[in-house]
Amino acid sequence: MKALGFFLRRAGQALLVMLVIAIIAFAVRAALGDPLREMVGESVPEAERAALRHELGLDAPWPVQLGRYLGNAARGDLGNSYIYKRSTLRIVLAKFPASFELVLAASLIVLVISLPAGIYCAVRQNSLGARLILGFSVLGISIPVFLTGIFLITIFSVWLGWLPAFGRGETVKLGFWETGLLTRDGLAHLILPALTLSSILLPLFIRLVRSAMLEELGRDYIRTARAKGATHLRVWLRHALRNALIPLVAIGGLQIGNLIAFTLLTETVFQWPGMGFLFLEAVSRADIPLITTYLIAVGFLFVVTNTLVDLISLRLDPRIELQGRR
Amino acid sequence: MTLFVPYRTLSAGTLLRMRPGTALAAIILGGIVLAALLAPLIAPQNPFDLASLDVLDAEIPPSWLQGGDPRFLLGTDSQGRDLLSAILYGTRISLIVGVLAVLIQAAIGVPLGLLAGYRGGVADSFVVRAADIQLSLSTLMLAIIAMALVRAWLGGEGLGTYAVPLLVLIIGFAEWPYFARTARAATHVEAAKDYVLAARALGASDRMILFRHILPNILSPLIVMGTTQVAGAIMAEAALSFLGLGMPVTKPSLGTLIRSGYDLIFAGAWWVTVIPGLMLIAVLVCINLLGDELRDWTDPRSTRH
Repeated sequence: MKALGFFLRRAGQALLVMLVIAIIAFAVRAALGDPLREMVGESVPEAERAALRHELGLDAPWPVQLGRYLGNAARGDLGNSYIYKRSTLRIVLAKFPASFELVLAASLIVLVISLPAGIYCAVRQNSLGARLILGFSVLGISIPVFLTGIFLITIFSVWLGWLPAFGRGETVKLGFWETGLLTRDGLAHLILPALTLSSILLPLFIRLVRSAMLEELGRDYIRTARAKGATHLRVWLRHALRNALIPLVAIGGLQIGNLIAFTLLTETVFQWPGMGFLFLEAVSRADIPLITTYLIAVGFLFVVTNTLVDLISLRLDPRIELQGRR
Repeated sequence: MTLFVPYRTLSAGTLLRMRPGTALAAIILGGIVLAALLAPLIAPQNPFDLASLDVLDAEIPPSWLQGGDPRFLLGTDSQGRDLLSAILYGTRISLIVGVLAVLIQAAIGVPLGLLAGYRGGVADSFVVRAADIQLSLSTLMLAIIAMALVRAWLGGEGLGTYAVPLLVLIIGFAEWPYFARTARAATHVEAAKDYVLAARALGASDRMILFRHILPNILSPLIVMGTTQVAGAIMAEAALSFLGLGMPVTKPSLGTLIRSGYDLIFAGAWWVTVIPGLMLIAVLVCINLLGDELRDWTDPRSTRH
């Protein structure tokens, strides 16, 4: 019952955030976009423009226009793109699988490497290996993600010619979902972008895992577990890691915004046809409806992932009050 | 809740007892900063003077490679511009934007943090809350969206004209919470000390106490915070310029140089983008190493004295 209340509360908050984002998007459109210019060009006389403006309801007071925009948005109509003359929502959604698969692959790399490396750095704090890993992580944090991409392309595509440097390669359509994970070519195209995206998150997560583990390993219950005769591995994984995951998920959840920005940078370097790449194209061609739809989509992803992070925290830590924090 | 961690004060002696690695980083950084500031004097060529460029000199590799030209130590870009000169000027712009942006962060964050830490109550919870919200959004994402909207509004050229103040303001505004948090925690510790009580007994105003008495005493943690923040600001500026949402090609920062050289790597001219990239990394690594050292010094839990 309590969990249901929590969920409803979060859903309400999410709805409120989405409403604010939609209003911002409306304001941007009202301030920057002139649908008339796109429809009829500059040459049409002013009288005709005024008539058309009236016909389209563009001369209505702004609360009326806002109401109409929100109403359309609720039905999934966020306007047509200036460039493509199609529904912006459909265009953005069609690009989502590319971005999602890139993030998924990078997250897998981060997960598989950062957990063991972070645990190792915590349990063998002063070993040479731990120092090396931490040293590399300082270096990793200092290399901007787009430079990692450029270096990888220079080495593996230009000099060695082993891996493709741009695009998604061959993709397969599964209903509306266009996947690159099922073909050899698609997977080969995924390697460098996924490595690049993970390179910026990896140092951060190794440090996070390490400090969370160190925190837990210093607690009394670890001593108790050892006294009971639990093996090292059991103490590290069952006891310490289980509890270290709680702050890890909470702090990791704060990185969602950064993850979106890093994905956008990676997509730009590799010309990966995802949402970020689309956004930059829309920006350079001043396609206001497409820009605002991207903002709404990113805001939605942000809200959904944040809610998921909170739900996971709830599962991990039974002590968390179900009052809907924040 | 933030823990109020006490801190040690930085002193001139700190600099003399640096780890050798950090000392090296500090020297390299000092050299880079000096070279960047003196760019107009020491650069072999003025990269903005289009008349001095010769297209016949385009895409010459660095002088130590085959086909290199001793006139161009690090080679040239697609317009025949001397890369060394372009990098010196670009580093100058990157550093200026980074430092100014951090000054804005401090100008917003420190007064808020002082107030929150000193007054407590409603002011405190308001600042803490606002900082939390701001931090849960990503600086980089906010800056990208803000610059993208400006670009859609003013167009590419308009953006180029106002790029420096825009970048400084946007990166500056997006990261004030770090300064606010640090200042708040430190102020909270200081406010309980006797000298503050004495000042108050002498009839000093709150403003006087905050800016004349407390602020000078909390400078150490603020400087430590500021150091790493400069690296973050330089990185954010480079990312924006790489996306074409920052410094224009006519006034390139390191990020712009990396962007404009990017297409050439497929033609084999890797140096045009890789060398500015290495410069950017050198700056960031040096600043981060220095920041880590300073943090160790002011952190009382650290074992190094």
